[in-house]
Amino acid sequence: MRLEFAKPSLLRKNGVLGMNKRNIDYIGRYNPRKFYKRVDDKLTTKQMAIDNDIAVPALIGVVSEQHEIEEIPAMVDEENGFVIKPSKGSGGKGILVITKVESGRYFKPNGQEVSHSEIYRHVSNVLSGLFSLGGSPDVAIVEGLIQFDPVFDGYSYEGVPDIRLIVYKGFPVMGMLRLSTAASDGKANLHQGAVGVGVDIGTGKGLHAVQFDTPVDVHPDTNKKLTDIQVPHWDFLLNTASKAYEMSEMGYLGTDMVLDKVKGPLLLELNARPGLAIQIANGRGILPYLDHVDSLGNHNMTVGERVEYAKKHFCHSNKL
Amino acid sequence: MHSKKPFYILVVLLFISGIAASIFRGIEHDVPFLPGKQVQSWAVDAKVSFQGTGEPAEVSFALPHDPAFEVLVENASSPGYGLTISKDDPLDHRVLWSVRAANGLQNLYYKVTIIPTGITKIKSLEEPIKPQPYIWPATEKDAAKQILDQVWGMSATNLTFAQQLNKTLNASERSQNVELLLSSNTPMTLFLNMLHSKGIPAQEVSGLVLEDQRRRQQLTNYIEVYNDGEWILFNPAEGSQGRSDNVLLWDRSGKSTLDVTGGVNSRVNFSMLQDTRSALATSLDVMQNKGTLDFSLYQLPLEEQSLFKGILLIPIGVLMVVFLRVIVGLKTSGTFMPVLIALSFIQTTLVTGLVGFILIVACGLMIRSYLSQLNLLLISRISAVIIVVIGIIGLFTLLSYKFGLSEGLTITFFPMIILAWTIERMSILWEEEGPKEVFLQGGGSLLVATLAYLAMSATWVQHWVFNFLGIHLVILAVVLLMGQYTGYRLLELRRFKPLAGESS
Repeated sequence: MRLEFAKPSLLRKNGVLGMNKRNIDYIGRYNPRKFYKRVDDKLTTKQMAIDNDIAVPALIGVVSEQHEIEEIPAMVDEENGFVIKPSKGSGGKGILVITKVESGRYFKPNGQEVSHSEIYRHVSNVLSGLFSLGGSPDVAIVEGLIQFDPVFDGYSYEGVPDIRLIVYKGFPVMGMLRLSTAASDGKANLHQGAVGVGVDIGTGKGLHAVQFDTPVDVHPDTNKKLTDIQVPHWDFLLNTASKAYEMSEMGYLGTDMVLDKVKGPLLLELNARPGLAIQIANGRGILPYLDHVDSLGNHNMTVGERVEYAKKHFCHSNKL
Repeated sequence: MHSKKPFYILVVLLFISGIAASIFRGIEHDVPFLPGKQVQSWAVDAKVSFQGTGEPAEVSFALPHDPAFEVLVENASSPGYGLTISKDDPLDHRVLWSVRAANGLQNLYYKVTIIPTGITKIKSLEEPIKPQPYIWPATEKDAAKQILDQVWGMSATNLTFAQQLNKTLNASERSQNVELLLSSNTPMTLFLNMLHSKGIPAQEVSGLVLEDQRRRQQLTNYIEVYNDGEWILFNPAEGSQGRSDNVLLWDRSGKSTLDVTGGVNSRVNFSMLQDTRSALATSLDVMQNKGTLDFSLYQLPLEEQSLFKGILLIPIGVLMVVFLRVIVGLKTSGTFMPVLIALSFIQTTLVTGLVGFILIVACGLMIRSYLSQLNLLLISRISAVIIVVIGIIGLFTLLSYKFGLSEGLTITFFPMIILAWTIERMSILWEEEGPKEVFLQGGGSLLVATLAYLAMSATWVQHWVFNFLGIHLVILAVVLLMGQYTGYRLLELRRFKPLAGESS
């Protein structure tokens, strides 16, 4: 790997947001600590989303005590597949996806069988807080499997593609589609090797794509051209993301959504510390958009007005 | 958004007070800024000897008293003698030896270790009393008056009078008047008498010329002349003025240097030796003598001192971690784990520490992979790992002892709880993200630990953090300042390289 360093002045000129500035000037300033539970605890997020008429994946059950682990097989008996995730997990850690339930036997997306004792151990780890921030005790959420929309067939390898939107003070400012790859082991996290495709806020069309922070043109496993992607339900996605601002009261927010074949767009989780790779996926810095929103000052726009404003001003053909 | 002004004022205050405290300590207390700095010291032995007459004997001996030299250690040895050291009179420190019956040759010793202070001026706290005018004998009266009038006319102050007088007495072609006076007086007494005739305060003092490895030396006499709050030294026998750095003023009391009652043939000999000693130890001795050690860690018992020597290194390690994370952007597993690892590297030395750490973690990972099949609760699994880590450390220590590798014995310094957590985290990381991430994060942690170790093990760093506590305020200021840094991290410059082109 060649060590190439960009000139800081060039990055600043292109409005690239760095980690330190994100932490101090955006997260530290606009994400109040008291509301963190709303985004860090997925169970709370889920309940708030239901109260705010935002669609979320079905909740099969919650396991909060060791002895309740034995109830899981009964819980998922009727399901085709399910997902176990730690409520306070971060970075996609501790998520176990079972795509096939066959007469009490469970299979992962790659066909590997998962024994009952492995499930037991996994949930036990979750409850002990192994995956939670700071190692505090946690609860495990059992969710229904998402029947993902076939529009992304050929774009994703063994996993659910999700749509990440950065919502700043209620305005969706930047979007990215995250596609799992063989390298990411079916997970949609960029640092694990998923492909990120920058999506035009105005149209929902693909722009640039990156894997491991390096630009790519085609999906490494399926060889499909990534910039041809058109995300369906784009307005609905923008609206849902924008609504999440009122719900969470977080000024600098990352929303993760998936497209379900039957239920349409679902809110997966919220993120109070969204990563910076979305800038590479979009091929541009995020700061001009954030500054534009700041320049609006106090306004009384509704969710719909904010989405319209964002579509008009933050689409890529419109240079800021 | 609230103003950042108070914050910056705080940082500047911390910074300035830290620097000021350090400089104060360096200059006022002579704590050397660099470790290993040496200062010159002199060891002077005075040997007083006399013939006892069988009578009760008392020996009173003046002790050195000179602002240009600091007394570090002094002691008097004299078997069978009663000993009193009196320092009540600021100008007249004396040692008093006494014995009921002194027979034959008696030898008494006084040893002193001194260091130069660089203060060569002899300040006078109060105006000295005007001396009584000297009554000249009839034969000398006129000659003396002529010289005095002549010199008086050519001078303006006490100092210039003494200078001119000194010159006149030592001129290569002396006048008849001077020759006449010198025929019946020594230059020393003549000089003193003439100064006294004019009411100028002056007195005879004695000093020791310090030269390395000299024995059987005697005191040299000088005249000090009062001028404007200060005493100036003259040597009329040589016609010189002022003092050289290697003169130790021994006795300024104006009384006799050595008084012996109950003995005959008394004399004193000096021998001296130049020595170098650590500047730090010297300044500590000086502080101890002066009683200014009060606000220093050197007051603590030795055990606590060595504990603090370790603790005070932590700010350096923490500073290093903050720098590497905020400015460089390195990832570590566990925020301050590298600092604790670096602390144990200080005990084990770097290479042994690295090898030991990797061995323990590798063995721990293997055993942990067995434990992970047992479906244990997290808390008991970690506890099991801790016990296993202790076992591994014990095993390695025993093995290295058997093979005669004394370095291996030091791995007991590793913090076991930290090791156990490291093993647990690495193991999860291995399961979740594969071995590559384990090597990346583990390597990152070890790199940070190594850099922190290098910073913490530098001798001048250790010297500074313990001797100049003000430096910790500076570190605090720097850490606070880095907490406000919103610029790019070094590694981000590489990460965002694709965005550095012309914006599309």
